[in-house]
Amino acid sequence: MGKIGKQTVILKNKPNIISSYSIVGPKEGKGPMSAYFDKIMPDDMCGQNTYEKAEQKFMEKAVFGAIDKAKMRPQDIDMFLSGDLLNQIISASFTAREFDTTFIGLFGACSTMTESLAIGSCLVDGGYVDNVLCATCSHFASAERQFRYPLELGTQRPPTAQWTVTGAGATILECTGKGPYIEAVTFGKVSDYGITDVNNMGAAMAPSALHTLKAHFIDMKRTPEDYDLIFTGDLGKLGSEILIDLLEKEGYKLGVNYNDCGCLIFDKEQKTFMGGSGCGCSASVLNSYVITKLLNKEVKSVLFLSTGALLSPLSSQQGLSIPGIAHAISIRSD
Amino acid sequence: MADIETKKKYNEYVKSKSPMTKPFPTLIWAFLVGGTICVIGQVFYDIYSAVFPEFTKDILRAYTLCTMIFLGTLFTGLGLYDKIGAFAGAGSIIPITGFANSIASPAIEFKTEGWIFGMCVKMFTIAGPVIVNGIVSSIAVGLIYLIFGI
Repeated sequence: MGKIGKQTVILKNKPNIISSYSIVGPKEGKGPMSAYFDKIMPDDMCGQNTYEKAEQKFMEKAVFGAIDKAKMRPQDIDMFLSGDLLNQIISASFTAREFDTTFIGLFGACSTMTESLAIGSCLVDGGYVDNVLCATCSHFASAERQFRYPLELGTQRPPTAQWTVTGAGATILECTGKGPYIEAVTFGKVSDYGITDVNNMGAAMAPSALHTLKAHFIDMKRTPEDYDLIFTGDLGKLGSEILIDLLEKEGYKLGVNYNDCGCLIFDKEQKTFMGGSGCGCSASVLNSYVITKLLNKEVKSVLFLSTGALLSPLSSQQGLSIPGIAHAISIRSD
Repeated sequence: MADIETKKKYNEYVKSKSPMTKPFPTLIWAFLVGGTICVIGQVFYDIYSAVFPEFTKDILRAYTLCTMIFLGTLFTGLGLYDKIGAFAGAGSIIPITGFANSIASPAIEFKTEGWIFGMCVKMFTIAGPVIVNGIVSSIAVGLIYLIFGI
């Protein structure tokens, strides 16, 4: 079948999710998703002396966790697709340094999980690689330092702020097996509606989620009701409310089957305000809660969409608006 | 890329939908915490003036400021000042302890990049503008005094 419509690719060889692994920090481990994560670290330093090293360690643990779970060896991996939020995606490339496989570094901000899975599933489906390992991570402390203020600075967070998830997720795709498989992917376009407030990422990313979802529904000739569950990555409470409003104007109604990973990962008492964000947010929820539900056959079809805000500290200091991106993957378990 | 009209409408819509900081609890906390910090400062001033009766007011003030700066830095190092700041807002930013916090917090954060290029360079990333503007405005005021001789 290949490409249908403008942005969607149907994967005829059903790239299977043969392994998935999620690891989070202590705060996420106290949240509502705690029962689903593969590993909860008691300490967000992960035994390292800097937060950047700790973030890389989180990804390393996720990657090797997924390889172990699949009963594979690191050298069995054909290709590693990964990215993160730090400058020059060091967590991803420093993890790739640890094992002997080809590596493609990606940057899609918080959309990296579905970005890597979308590209990876096309590569596996086309037979260009036997298997692909997709991973991403984020760390609250390293993201705060890069994008905001020092941790110990006594500032007040605005009510629209979100909390970067400390965690990582890794998925291995292969064209054999009987697990949940990726049926179709919809690549997103960059959209910018002129939001400049770096403390309102949900609002900056909601239009990109709207466009990708709309493109997916048009290309696949489907409606939101055709899915058991629909997830967005890290729009947060405000962003997902905006998305519901925007989609309704376009004639699509997101019902009770819709949820946002940022809203799921923390509860209200954890005072994250609008919920979680960061690459690790959608990565850890997808590789724990969502895939578990698919494996247990509690749900059969999931539309999963990670959203990313493509800003840099420099662009926001220069007053430039925040472009957003979103890629969607449709996962089925028959 | 969305056109200007769409962007304008979307920004207005987002603004109307975004929750605002609640002024009532914020103001009360800022007042209480800011007031408490000032009371602590006054207590130290009174103690110093009782212990060192020979000190002038200027010296007593300097001693009090040094103490408050020390406490601000100590609480930052203990990881408590950011927790106070999370609910006190301006109440803990405006006193001199807040200024100490704004220098100590990047110093802690950027220590991993080395003592010189990490800590020494980056410790002024937040407090720097305050120092620059303080010096520039004191020069301006000094010049006015000099010229008009008031």
